[in-house]
Amino acid sequence: MSNFKMHMLVCGGTGCISAESELIVSNLQSELEAVGMGDQVQVLKTGCFGFCEKGPVVKVLPDNTFYVEVKPADAAELVKEHIVKGRKVERLLYMDPDKKERVADSKNMDFYKKQMRIALRNCGFIDPDKVEEYIARDGYHALGMAVTSMTPQEVINVIKESGLRGRGGGGFPTGLKWEFASKYDADQKYVVCNADEGDPGAFMDRSILEGDPHSIIEAMAICGYAIGASKGQVYIRAEYPLAIKRLEKGIQDAREAGLLGENIMGTDFSFDIELSFGAGAFVCGEETALIHSMEGERGEPTTKPPFPAESGYWGKPTNVNNVETLANIPIILLKGSAWFAGIGTEKSKGTKVFALAGKINNVGLIEVPMGTTLREVIYDIGGGIKNGKKFKAVQTGGPSGGCLTEKDLDTPIDFDNLIAKGSMMGSGGMIVMDEDDCMPAVAKFYLEFTEEESCGKCTPCRIGTKRLSELLEMVTEGKAEVKHLDEMKRLSRVIKDTALCGLGQTAPNPVLSTLDAFYDEYLAHVQDKKCPAGQCTHLMTYTIDPEACVGCTACRRVCPVEAITGEVKKPHVIDQDKCIKCGACYDKCKFNAISVN
Amino acid sequence: MAKIMSFDELKKIKDRVQSQVDLREKGENIESLVQVRVAMATCGIAAGAREVMNYIVEESAKAGLTNVVVTQTGCMGYCYAEPTIEVTVPGQEPVVYGNVSLEKAAEIIDKHIKNGVMVDGIIPATHKSIE
Amino acid sequence: MSEVKIIIDGKEVHVAKGSTVLDAAKKIGVDIPTLCHLDLHDTKMVNQAASCRVCVVEVEGRRNLAPSCATPVVEGMVVKTNTIRVMEARKTVLELLVSDHPKECLSCAKAGDCELQDLTELCGLRGDSISGTAMSTYKKDITPSLIRDMDKCVLCRRCETMCNKVQEVGALSGINRGFNAVVSSAFELPMAETVCTHCGQCVAVCPTGALTEMNHTWKVVEALADPTKTVIVQTAPAVRVALGEEFGNEPGSIVTGKMVSALKAIGFDHVFDTDFTADLTILEEGTELLERLENFLEGKEGPSLPILTSCCPAWVNFVESQFHELIDIPSTARSPQQMFGSVAKTYFADKLGIKREDLVVVSVMPCLAKKFEASREEFAVDGNPDVDLVMSTRELADLIKQMNIDMEELEESEFDNPLGMSTGAGVIFGTTGGVIEAAVRTAYEVRTKKPLPKIDFEELRGFDGVRVASVAMDDVVLNIGIAHGLGNAKALLTEIRDGNPRNIHAVEVMACPGGCIGGAGQPYHHGDSSILMKRQAAIYQVDKNMPIRKSHENPAIAEIYEKFLGKPLSEKAHHLLHTHYHMKDKA
Repeated sequence: MSNFKMHMLVCGGTGCISAESELIVSNLQSELEAVGMGDQVQVLKTGCFGFCEKGPVVKVLPDNTFYVEVKPADAAELVKEHIVKGRKVERLLYMDPDKKERVADSKNMDFYKKQMRIALRNCGFIDPDKVEEYIARDGYHALGMAVTSMTPQEVINVIKESGLRGRGGGGFPTGLKWEFASKYDADQKYVVCNADEGDPGAFMDRSILEGDPHSIIEAMAICGYAIGASKGQVYIRAEYPLAIKRLEKGIQDAREAGLLGENIMGTDFSFDIELSFGAGAFVCGEETALIHSMEGERGEPTTKPPFPAESGYWGKPTNVNNVETLANIPIILLKGSAWFAGIGTEKSKGTKVFALAGKINNVGLIEVPMGTTLREVIYDIGGGIKNGKKFKAVQTGGPSGGCLTEKDLDTPIDFDNLIAKGSMMGSGGMIVMDEDDCMPAVAKFYLEFTEEESCGKCTPCRIGTKRLSELLEMVTEGKAEVKHLDEMKRLSRVIKDTALCGLGQTAPNPVLSTLDAFYDEYLAHVQDKKCPAGQCTHLMTYTIDPEACVGCTACRRVCPVEAITGEVKKPHVIDQDKCIKCGACYDKCKFNAISVN
Repeated sequence: MAKIMSFDELKKIKDRVQSQVDLREKGENIESLVQVRVAMATCGIAAGAREVMNYIVEESAKAGLTNVVVTQTGCMGYCYAEPTIEVTVPGQEPVVYGNVSLEKAAEIIDKHIKNGVMVDGIIPATHKSIE
Repeated sequence: MSEVKIIIDGKEVHVAKGSTVLDAAKKIGVDIPTLCHLDLHDTKMVNQAASCRVCVVEVEGRRNLAPSCATPVVEGMVVKTNTIRVMEARKTVLELLVSDHPKECLSCAKAGDCELQDLTELCGLRGDSISGTAMSTYKKDITPSLIRDMDKCVLCRRCETMCNKVQEVGALSGINRGFNAVVSSAFELPMAETVCTHCGQCVAVCPTGALTEMNHTWKVVEALADPTKTVIVQTAPAVRVALGEEFGNEPGSIVTGKMVSALKAIGFDHVFDTDFTADLTILEEGTELLERLENFLEGKEGPSLPILTSCCPAWVNFVESQFHELIDIPSTARSPQQMFGSVAKTYFADKLGIKREDLVVVSVMPCLAKKFEASREEFAVDGNPDVDLVMSTRELADLIKQMNIDMEELEESEFDNPLGMSTGAGVIFGTTGGVIEAAVRTAYEVRTKKPLPKIDFEELRGFDGVRVASVAMDDVVLNIGIAHGLGNAKALLTEIRDGNPRNIHAVEVMACPGGCIGGAGQPYHHGDSSILMKRQAAIYQVDKNMPIRKSHENPAIAEIYEKFLGKPLSEKAHHLLHTHYHMKDKA
């Protein structure tokens, strides 16, 4: 047994690493050596804790102390105070923004209180580079159980009964998908892990791969056993270097331990995994496009049927699951389908990981049971809206989803409720908007994204999204009329109805949902030529108050288009026809003589 | 790691490596465990608190007491009676022992922790758990 | 095969399992409009990109609309093809396509033949109903054979399917994303720098004006108007069985006589026939075949077997860029077009007593690669090309119309002499299997010194992509391979390169599906592959009608050897009628 009396876990996710968490690890180690406690306290680099807003995070166990925003220079104090003298370093503890109190135990932090970590169970808990730590957490036991005491159909049945649905966006029942792939006879089948996470702001898949790579390796092997595949392929964005490194190490270690390769755990079952790198095209998250990309073809989707379960990678039966979906598999097998089905809502079981972003206090990665309300997520876990502003909307499902508003806040989050509200679960991006956000501009942002990321294969997506984003540009520039709003609705309707793949079929959602919930804001843009949120620069007017202007000429000199005229010591005037609304004069004026509206 | 040739072998490896994460798992569920806090201020350390802590950790492990978690804390204010430790059994009020020698520690493990019977050496206090 | 019952627009239809909704609809006379879809039965050309979304229909129980061209039928399926939802979708999709399409229909090369135009007419598009104005624009790319104006591309991907899946040339693929997605060469290189063989099959299947031929019509008019020039024309065998289609005749109509009259009416000084030099080709290539066969049988050094035909210019380009290891096995004989040019500018110019510069040789070809072939520098003397201008069958039809000539009213007339005299062997050059059949007719009689018991070699005919047959010539059995479509040719050539297990001695390749009858310069078939079959039948009919059906019996050929060339493979023949090949490294 080890001599370690205490563990110090340091977040080694991409975000915290960029904030020098690796240096924190080495500083802690050298400080411990210096006080002669290097053999008593183990310093570990783990995966993401999720509380990225306050990273880098250092957690001390077993006394369960959660330090936030730790800098490498804090290592000495942490060791000398906490480790040597047992005194918590108060200033590095999390400050509860409401109670204005320091909180030491993460369980008492609002951010963690309502979370339930299943997919993220090992993230921030184990060292992802050590297969032993994964094994210590019952790792590979689900695989062992499956290959030694279950038939493939029994494995499929457990997953079916658990009610697990695909976490990548579609929400298709995972067990059913496996069953389809298992039914086709072929000399070779493939298990593909879709790690082509592309929703802006979503990073749960990356975090799982960085923090718990073996759970994905094990799940893929279990899937291979269930559907009769001996080969697995992870399609991962090349922009995820750390996830790739950890996954490669994981695969290597699993091979050496005989957990991948020929005759796993002495059975007839053989399975191995290779990586394919994607160039980060959003459309390659669509499974047929992903498969084409893996084959070296242009990454664009083809019509289904045939589904990959029948004809996928190299024309062979292929099962494609997303990372988060797979992360649930081993624990479902270990704890049983009833346990998993006991969590969540009637039709959406288990938990879902969300990436909280936008105008919210606690930006980060969270995992909550299905059925948690948006209000709980945004206010309890997310800590509410930044700077005390008013909540306006939340975009779920990334560019494929829609905007949900105040009236939707008490909706329990699950696949079907979000679709009923005109949005979708997507991969779990959740972007919160406040009163300062202009909804047509938000819709335009998403349309520009899908327009850019469209592969261009089908007409509605290639040209339709371009036209939609042009129309939104007209709205935000005050060039649109009411009839253009109707045109947007018609285009959106047809794009949804005719696009070839999910990217195009869902691309109009941000437009339709904002048109629905914020029609008045659109009308303000097209009829009154005003942006109520004050975001659309084209709709702003800069004027100089002649009373306040002292004629210092500063604004005139800074104006890049010579729109400002006036003599020294006399009030200046802005020529509205020339003004490009850059705001340079506004910033320059020292006398508050320039106003915007 | 050597090749794992059977599921049983995997289970054995798990048992072997379990201790690596034990401490962390205990930390996560600290309320349901017997907590032993060792006061680790300068005076405590000088009086042998660290040896006592190591002893309790090792002995309870040897005795197979998986429900014990030993943590350290700062000065409890009983400098006259160092080393001091605080034992909290789930659902009960914390109890502080003073002048804990290794022998005393053994007794505490044996009687209090294992069987819930308090032993001599309690610092009689209306004291509340620090923090 | 089991049948599936589905209901389309309230009508029940039984179709084979695996059929598409589009197939099923066609069966009961429901004509769902399509754009990207193209299924050329009997060739490998099936474009099922389902990218245009014009053919969408409502399928009961399905959330969104389904592309009928790529949706397989399922028992009990209920389909509606004319609901307002479908019509709005189809119309909007077309409006979107039009919104990113240049509005130069009046002067577009494809005007009148444009499938997009047909659809907008069908769906009643009026004015601009989509507000956005950005256009996706690309640099025009011009080769001696074709013009790529990708501003007009609708991304149907037919060209790409043709180039990669049928021809297996691999010069085209989708590039860029979103609004800027387009079909292009690798790294957007000019086509001239790619492995493009100029076969032009991409042009043959393009629904819009994005891919069209390099047009020489006006240059022909200018040459005809130049009093200092003598302008002569040659017409390829496959032109006469397709030209009529442009004038409303049934596919497979034979219009040789009217075509000759039209060419004379246009003002060509002499109207000749490429069939004449096809016969000449047989004498040269046939003799080469026999020589190489003897070498082979005697185990001598030198070029051995198999021998590959070399009359298809796209095929020659293909070998030069993609089969370096086999570069020395094609026959060195020039194609009939180039033999004609060479003979015309020497033998015939001498006969007329004019300089080669004052003789303009025009070809009418079913082919776009012939335009490239005519521009090859080895087929020119001091910069003066043997063949000056090459018109496609389509261009000739346009010129006839522009010259106010009514084909219907024309009397039939005969080709001029001496370069207009030909045999049935010359005309079958126009179809797959024809060149090798013509060669065998001559080789057999030359080698065995016995008349053929039967002129028609049925075993060499047909439409299968790769065919292998054996012909006995007394003591020797000649194994013959035939491929049409470059993808099929690639398969056959690869087999030969990797050891030639079937011991093939002679190979005929034509780059286009069906041979020259399916050439890229022919009237557009718009996806109706039965047209190719009808043209093929017509070619064999012309052959049957000819009084002489073996090249070596052509008296004009005997005369040119006697008066000018000496004998086949003579030094003069080598100089004027043969060529050499260059390996080309292309992207």
